[in-house]
Amino acid sequence: MRHEIVEKNVGLLAVLILVVISFGGLAEIVPLFFQKETTQPVAGLEPLTPLELEGRDIYIREGCVGCHSQMIRPFRAETERYGHYSVAGEFVYNHPFLWGSKRTGPDLARVGGRYSDDWHRAHLYDPRDVVPESKMPAYPWLFDNTLDGEATETKMRALQSMGVPYTDEQIEGAGSEVRGEQEITALVAYLQQLGTVLKGAR
Amino acid sequence: MNNLWGDSLSGFWSGWIIVITLGTIAFCWWILFANRKTDKVPDAEGNVDTTGHQADGIEEYDNPLPRWWFMLFVGTIIFSLGYLALYPGLGNYAGLLGWTQENQWDKEVARAEERYAPIFAEYNDIPVPELAQNAEAMQVGERIYLNNCAVCHGSNAQGGYGFPNLTDDAWLYGGTPEAIKTTLNNGRNGLMPAWQQLGETNINNVANYVLALSGAEHDADAAAKGQPIFAASCVACHGPEGKGNQALGAPNLTDDIWLYRQPGQPLLEAVLQTLRNGRNGHMPAQTPYIGEDKVHLVAAYVYSLSN
Repeated sequence: MRHEIVEKNVGLLAVLILVVISFGGLAEIVPLFFQKETTQPVAGLEPLTPLELEGRDIYIREGCVGCHSQMIRPFRAETERYGHYSVAGEFVYNHPFLWGSKRTGPDLARVGGRYSDDWHRAHLYDPRDVVPESKMPAYPWLFDNTLDGEATETKMRALQSMGVPYTDEQIEGAGSEVRGEQEITALVAYLQQLGTVLKGAR
Repeated sequence: MNNLWGDSLSGFWSGWIIVITLGTIAFCWWILFANRKTDKVPDAEGNVDTTGHQADGIEEYDNPLPRWWFMLFVGTIIFSLGYLALYPGLGNYAGLLGWTQENQWDKEVARAEERYAPIFAEYNDIPVPELAQNAEAMQVGERIYLNNCAVCHGSNAQGGYGFPNLTDDAWLYGGTPEAIKTTLNNGRNGLMPAWQQLGETNINNVANYVLALSGAEHDADAAAKGQPIFAASCVACHGPEGKGNQALGAPNLTDDIWLYRQPGQPLLEAVLQTLRNGRNGHMPAQTPYIGEDKVHLVAAYVYSLSN
């Protein structure tokens, strides 16, 4: 093929570029969709309860993922500090993934159970009350806002359609289950379950 | 642990990856060599036809890549083949070095274990009170404390609202080496029930009686009315004299230490709040995070803070 033909036809050039760069994804990404390691949950993994799910959405809304990762890499320095390294099977019900890519604060992949509920509440109300040198923002409004639960069932149905094994009974009435709860309660419930499935594996 | 990294790929996907990877490398090789020669060769006088592109009088030759540049590309291809032979990259082929993320981690942990485990084992054989005198051990203990405990109990170990001070002599569950280790190994769950069913007047009376126990300023009439309620409802945990019970983690009410008093809060308010809503102090077990040897060391550090 003469290179003039490619260089002088922008459409053809674009198509050929797409073909070339797609090889990387075809070899590195596509096979993962068909691998048990990445598609099967680890033993004991349960979908989030309605309250934890609302907590997750507060986690997303407040941008926690911007400063906290949820991904422990298999290096000793990380497993000593945070616990067992993360495995793909822990995240199969995550839509979207909240792995994050930046650690201004510590990794939260296994923060569940590490501190008491009281500590989380005090810390989120004002981090400096418990950690004077902290530069994390305070989230006092989580104590004033309450959940209305209006979208809870819709969210669970959306997740169900993506393969999260919620039963219809679980979804039924999920909204009224969380209605009136403080946002802080939901967020703490979400944080306290993070990474607890593999805890014994350390 | 092996199964956490999951199963291998099916034969089809393994083949798929191998074909695409090697095919891409072969394609690069072909591109490189197919473009090596130019059809614009110099004539007898050394004049070469240009590509015909012209901009402001500047013309473009159609020369092949310089040799050093060409060899760099060949080098990358050779490197990639060597890499794929040594490391896992081609589907299920494990690579000559047998490297995996997991065994790299295993080796790293084993190396550290070999280096540090004897130190911790040595400390582990020394009883807590004696270990607390060992300056070097206490430096290590302090680091473990700062990484794992300071988040709640503070870097100066003086605690805060709801988190006990570890530097004084008042202990909810006891300050003996054994008690500290039990706390660290198993965690603690404090449970002070809410007493709303007593009614606001009675709660106020009991609160004043509690203030009286520690000699704090109180309403004597209310305290007198609170005394029988205290005797009926509170003595089971806090004892007849209000001195607490370390077996239950019930605090001594006769000293001047108030775990749940916000800075600047009137004492009566703090006690009322506790009586109305109850308290659930929770200390998570630490053994799952740091292991028994380090628990021993950190117990010695905590012991050293008040002894």
